[in-house]
Amino acid sequence: MDFDKALELFEPVLGFEVHVELNTRTKMFSSAPNPAAPGVDAGKPNTMVTPVCLGLPGSLPVVNEQAIRYSISLGLALGCEIAPSSRFARKNYFYPDLAKNYQISQYDEPIAHDGAVDVELANGKTFRIEIERAHMEEDAGKLTHVGGATGRIQGADYSLVDYNRAGVPLVEIVTKMITGAEHDAPELAKAYVSAIRDIVVALGISEARMERGNLRCDANVSLSPRGSGTLGTRTETKNVNSLRSVERAIRYEIQRQAAILAAGGAITQETRHWHEDTGTTSPGRPKSDADDYRYFPEPDLLPVEPSVALIEELRAALPEPPAERRRRLKESWGFTDLEFQDVVNSGLLVEVESTVAAGASPDQARKWWTGEIARLANIDSVDPSSLVIPKDVAALVALIESGELTDRLARQVLEGVIAGEGSPAEVVAKRGLKVVSDDGALIAAIDEALASQPDVLEKIRDGKVQAAGAVIGAVMKAMHGQADAARVRELVLERANSQA
Amino acid sequence: MSDLISLSAATLSDLLASREVSSVEVTQAHLDRIAEVDGDIRAFLHVSADALTTAAEVDGARRLGAKLGPLAGVPVAIKDVLCTQDMPSTAGSRILEGWVPPYDATVVSKLRNAKLIPLGKTNMDEFAMGSSTEHSAFGPTHNPWDLERIPGGSGGGSAAAVAAFEAPLALGSDTGGSIRQPAAVTGTVGMKPTYGGVSRYGAIALASSLDQVGPVTRTVLDAALLHDVIGGHDPRDSTSLTDEWPSFAEAARSGAKSGSLKGVRVGVVKELGGEGFQSGVSERFAEALDVMAAAGAEIVEVSTPSFTYAIAAYYLILPAEASSNLAKFDSVRFGLRVNPAGGGTVEDVMAATRGSGFGAEVKRRVILGTYALSAGYYDAYYGSAQKVRTLIQRDFAEAFDQADVLVSPSAPTTAFKLGEKLEDPLAMYLNDIATIPANLAGVPGMGLPMGLAPEDGLPTGIQIMAPAHEDARIYSVGATLEALLEQSWGHTLISRAPGFPIAEGKAK
Repeated sequence: MDFDKALELFEPVLGFEVHVELNTRTKMFSSAPNPAAPGVDAGKPNTMVTPVCLGLPGSLPVVNEQAIRYSISLGLALGCEIAPSSRFARKNYFYPDLAKNYQISQYDEPIAHDGAVDVELANGKTFRIEIERAHMEEDAGKLTHVGGATGRIQGADYSLVDYNRAGVPLVEIVTKMITGAEHDAPELAKAYVSAIRDIVVALGISEARMERGNLRCDANVSLSPRGSGTLGTRTETKNVNSLRSVERAIRYEIQRQAAILAAGGAITQETRHWHEDTGTTSPGRPKSDADDYRYFPEPDLLPVEPSVALIEELRAALPEPPAERRRRLKESWGFTDLEFQDVVNSGLLVEVESTVAAGASPDQARKWWTGEIARLANIDSVDPSSLVIPKDVAALVALIESGELTDRLARQVLEGVIAGEGSPAEVVAKRGLKVVSDDGALIAAIDEALASQPDVLEKIRDGKVQAAGAVIGAVMKAMHGQADAARVRELVLERANSQA
Repeated sequence: MSDLISLSAATLSDLLASREVSSVEVTQAHLDRIAEVDGDIRAFLHVSADALTTAAEVDGARRLGAKLGPLAGVPVAIKDVLCTQDMPSTAGSRILEGWVPPYDATVVSKLRNAKLIPLGKTNMDEFAMGSSTEHSAFGPTHNPWDLERIPGGSGGGSAAAVAAFEAPLALGSDTGGSIRQPAAVTGTVGMKPTYGGVSRYGAIALASSLDQVGPVTRTVLDAALLHDVIGGHDPRDSTSLTDEWPSFAEAARSGAKSGSLKGVRVGVVKELGGEGFQSGVSERFAEALDVMAAAGAEIVEVSTPSFTYAIAAYYLILPAEASSNLAKFDSVRFGLRVNPAGGGTVEDVMAATRGSGFGAEVKRRVILGTYALSAGYYDAYYGSAQKVRTLIQRDFAEAFDQADVLVSPSAPTTAFKLGEKLEDPLAMYLNDIATIPANLAGVPGMGLPMGLAPEDGLPTGIQIMAPAHEDARIYSVGATLEALLEQSWGHTLISRAPGFPIAEGKAK
């Protein structure tokens, strides 16, 4: 059903569970290296494991103190209260990616609860999203289903399990029910996840790369018939792995549910899988509130009881809140409202800031991120941040500003960087893309062009300056684009004037 | 029978230190003994192939003048619930048959670092669920006092090995009495330390909040010496205490030497005696109290009304934790794998494996625990049981206001016949009636011999409990009582075991 029509009939009610992988050096409960730590690659399957990660008999968990500190910092940044005593619990269910067949999580006693995040929308409105809780838990391993057409468990011949990810520290941030978003619901979803990402990046507690699963969003959507005052049945769309997809998935799910409800059907309470390629969701497993995980307090661990001194130490060390930070950055960069919103709405604030910090001018940083990089990302339906790192963008800008690259060449260099050919300087060297700044070579090319178009100089002298375009085009073609068009134009005009 | 096997670990320690005997000789004597009697006793599931090599290394180190701990070169048997990277570790279960862990339990590392000689792995009820060792997937262990009878459980293998002189020392684990009840019925000594006093890392978990590893020996001093080796903080076990522990051997030695209990208030737990306790057990217990009173102890009766609910609470908390702890046995990463006929999903394989790999008692408790934790039942069962646990802890606190140590018989009866209670789980569970409260409260408890029951001539045991962290107090009082009792008998109890006519005399 058409989105506007859906909104006419129903009020969307949202809820989010965002999982943040912490970038601690080791895992949540073991000394195994954490694949979500900076600069660590996932590694060969089952190489980043200890007896604890594999749930071997006799092994015992020990809480990672740094993960506790990070979780407290995150809780504080989300405006939460930090529990003076919180506890881990076992969530029991059998699944082969869960080494112990229970997950150590927090249940009725989370470390942080009752906070709020202010999210800014493109239209300048600020929307407050209330946080119910943020709790610590361990990630599961990864299953690869082999055989079958879809790569999913149905129809697979066998499955492989990799426990490298098992035990990666997670914080799960759960919102309260979000009402009143109305038409802004899809945008709000994206803005919320983006706000969480900004927070964890500012805290330095997660690599926050959605495409790598450092940040994962499960989105709950239900529709309430207008005026009914009743809540609808919700679905939970799992693991929507880019900011862009979050927005699309919410929009799709609102439309899908509205169509079913309007036709007199009923929504099934279930998890749903998001399909990036088709922009649709499909049913996962049925989920009911009666799912029985037989939670009970984890007897292998003591309660987490941070001292007031520790909490205050971490509170004092909190970075600037994102909203304040945005005000400050907008001012220091001198952007117009429109320019700044463009950056924020594209979810590229962190990238632009990091690029400026790496030496680029704010205008160039903004131009590249919201322009060419966003365009390329859009083609591949990925987040711009997954394509290139800020340091390389700053290096690219530096090459342009020093005159070594034209914008056009810079775009080719960017493609090379994205293709994994190395840093901008390396791509320039490998592809031989340097601007021809040797006037001699340019003059020779101009001479050649003028030889076939002898009347051009005459026309210029007659005041028809646009006639220079034909010569410039020919020169650029001859130089395979590796010339600075502005310089060529200068030289052509000089020639016309000097021969006057 | 070689004289060496009749000696206590403390005596062996002296002989080894003075180089009157070598560890190879001592180890060989015990290996010979195992070869001689274990076909009847069946205390061992696995005998180490490396024991003599290790012993030779220790002898070599000693010859070179290495500074060695008191138990260096003394053989030790290890309950199969503990992970050993050089020997299979099955916890008495078919589902782990042949599994060799890639790591040692912390207590095993400590044994190796102290240069003790691991002799092998001892039999036990499957996953430590039982009081007779009859629930071992590999067949029962027999009581050296009467091969027709049970050696207690779950650590019947360790207790029988020590009682039959197959090892001077053994490690056990005690979740509800698995060290103390076998000690009672085999005439040996067993200590369950304060919860957190000994690392659980590498002990295959039954119920995490109750499990505790401890020594199984023939004398109080030997238990203290072994406790000194295995105790202490372990950063790999979050529930491990950071206490600086005193020397337990020192406490035992001074207790035995003093021979006096003057000023010691001994609390007799009213609820752990009387009805349900065999008359000969009650008789010996009364005599032990008389011996203590004669040595100057002040005997007081204490009441702990919540103990009445201890078994009920225990059989909710234990199965609840066990149902979760045993979920990892699913065939995916280690252990047995059973593929159902015609193949199936991973769930089918897990179900087939667990169905055929677990014994009946394990299944019973997994089902009980799963039920107790289920939504809608959690508060009534697991929740209520935790409340009872709190009440029991309060009862202990009040009792320890009136007494320095608490005493009771370790087990209500002497060893019963193999098969006698196998079909009656509730009767089996009652064996641990006296030992369970200490686990629920986390306090230390020791079982030691208090004489033979006149009606059947079988060993009985007395339990001594102290407040948490006060393990040394138990060793001191226990060693005194042991010395006084042996003085009154004129011999050690174990020297009266039929078929084992050896007398070392009084414990050192």
